[in-house]
Amino acid sequence: MRKSPTLLLAASLAGMLLATANGYAQEQQKPAEPTGQELAFNNAKGNCLACHMLPGDPKAVTNTNIAPPLVGMKARFPDKAKLRAQIWDATKANPMTVMPPFGRNLILTEQEIDKITDYVYGM
Amino acid sequence: MKKTLLAILGASLLFGAISANATPEQDRKELLDYFKHKSPNVKFDDYVNGAFIYNADALNQYNSIMEFPPFYTVVDQGKKMWETPFKNGKTYASCFPDGAKNIAGRYPYFDEGLGKVVTFEMALNSCRKANGEDELAYDDMGTMGVLTSYARTLSDGMRMNVRVEGAKAVAAYEKGKQHFYSRRGQLNFSCASCHVHQAGNIIRTEYLSPVLGQTTHWPVFRGGETLFTLQKRYEGCNKLVRAVPYKSGSEEYNDLEYFHSYLSNGLPMKASVFRK
Ligand code: HEC
Ligand code: HEC
Repeated sequence: MRKSPTLLLAASLAGMLLATANGYAQEQQKPAEPTGQELAFNNAKGNCLACHMLPGDPKAVTNTNIAPPLVGMKARFPDKAKLRAQIWDATKANPMTVMPPFGRNLILTEQEIDKITDYVYGM
Repeated sequence: MKKTLLAILGASLLFGAISANATPEQDRKELLDYFKHKSPNVKFDDYVNGAFIYNADALNQYNSIMEFPPFYTVVDQGKKMWETPFKNGKTYASCFPDGAKNIAGRYPYFDEGLGKVVTFEMALNSCRKANGEDELAYDDMGTMGVLTSYARTLSDGMRMNVRVEGAKAVAAYEKGKQHFYSRRGQLNFSCASCHVHQAGNIIRTEYLSPVLGQTTHWPVFRGGETLFTLQKRYEGCNKLVRAVPYKSGSEEYNDLEYFHSYLSNGLPMKASVFRK
């Protein structure tokens, strides 16, 4: 009746954020290079949807209200390098932020951060 | 030591909720004020409902599931374990005052003799040992978990009443507090990030529960069937931020549970409950 606690733990933790990312993983048969959008959605990568709405992308499924929606990015970040820097280490701008330091803590590679920056910049 | 203070000070700047050098009672009151201010419409006793207080639909679902809990057979199994005599003929009830009624809300407590925090699970194991039985594995949901799913119901309605008295007890409490407010893991979160500062907000699709009331209703049955003890949940939340979890029953988690439980003082207990 009871399944392995470790498995269940993993499943339930993942379940909390996974719905969208899973859909993507299954669609993708071949191990293609993930796009910026996929990296942003995937809860094991950027997981931006945990905290940000993305009203510019109809595929973004989230009800979050933790952080400002990612919208009008070109207007908010005339300097794209500043946007990238925010993703690389959000604690620089605000030491108390809950946004994970994706570059500094090696959560994402430099290339992955570039792709996400490009994707978000188009929002 | 210095580092600890700084970490806690840093956290208190952000959360405005807890400061260094406060007494446990000051900590609790400050958090109470913080949550009163944050959600003026939530009644104190309702904090035992965790994340459901922020979502009427989920609370309705909770209430209807609790009318006929799908996990009652497991709790029943726990009752059998509780009532089955040890080889010497004695029972768990003999180890506690009043047959262990209205006792769980006093745990964890600081045992001066042992010099450490004692959780309810540890007390159950001491009882077994005193009666010549092997101890149960602290993190075994199928034995310890099932046993507590019934044993804790004997304290339903009791108000949490954890005491922190004496220098050594305060030191253990402070260690738990430090765990709670320290950022950890690759994702760089503290417990407080999610359960104080972001409590009531939605992380992707899940409401985050407030720290008040988080220790009153264990174990929980997630999805209505998977038994989780409180410390198993700590492991889960540590993993969520990609931190290496401690073991259930470790001193680190016992101290965390001590601090964490103190904050729920005054809230009514209810075991065992449904969680998503
Ligand atoms: C756990 C929460 C969390 C996650 C995950 C997260 N962020 Fe953030 N983000 C925040 C918060 C909170 C802010 C608000 C600013 C602050 O806290 O300093 C923010 C701010 C931002 C800003 C600045 C917005 C502005 O207008 O100033 C950008 C851009 C941003 N995030 C992009 C991202 C991207 C891209 C990802 C995914 C790779 C991401 N965030 C993941 C919480 C998060
Ligand atoms: C990244 C966010 C995050 C962090 C950090 C986090 N948690 Fe959680 N926690 C959650 C989520 C999501 C849930 C499930 C929804 C809920 O009940 O809040 C949860 C649930 C819980 C619960 C169960 C509440 C209940 O009534 O069922 C407890 C207890 C808990 N967390 C304690 C902790 C402790 C202690 C820490 C630090 C060691 C911690 N959490 C760190 C996200 C987090």
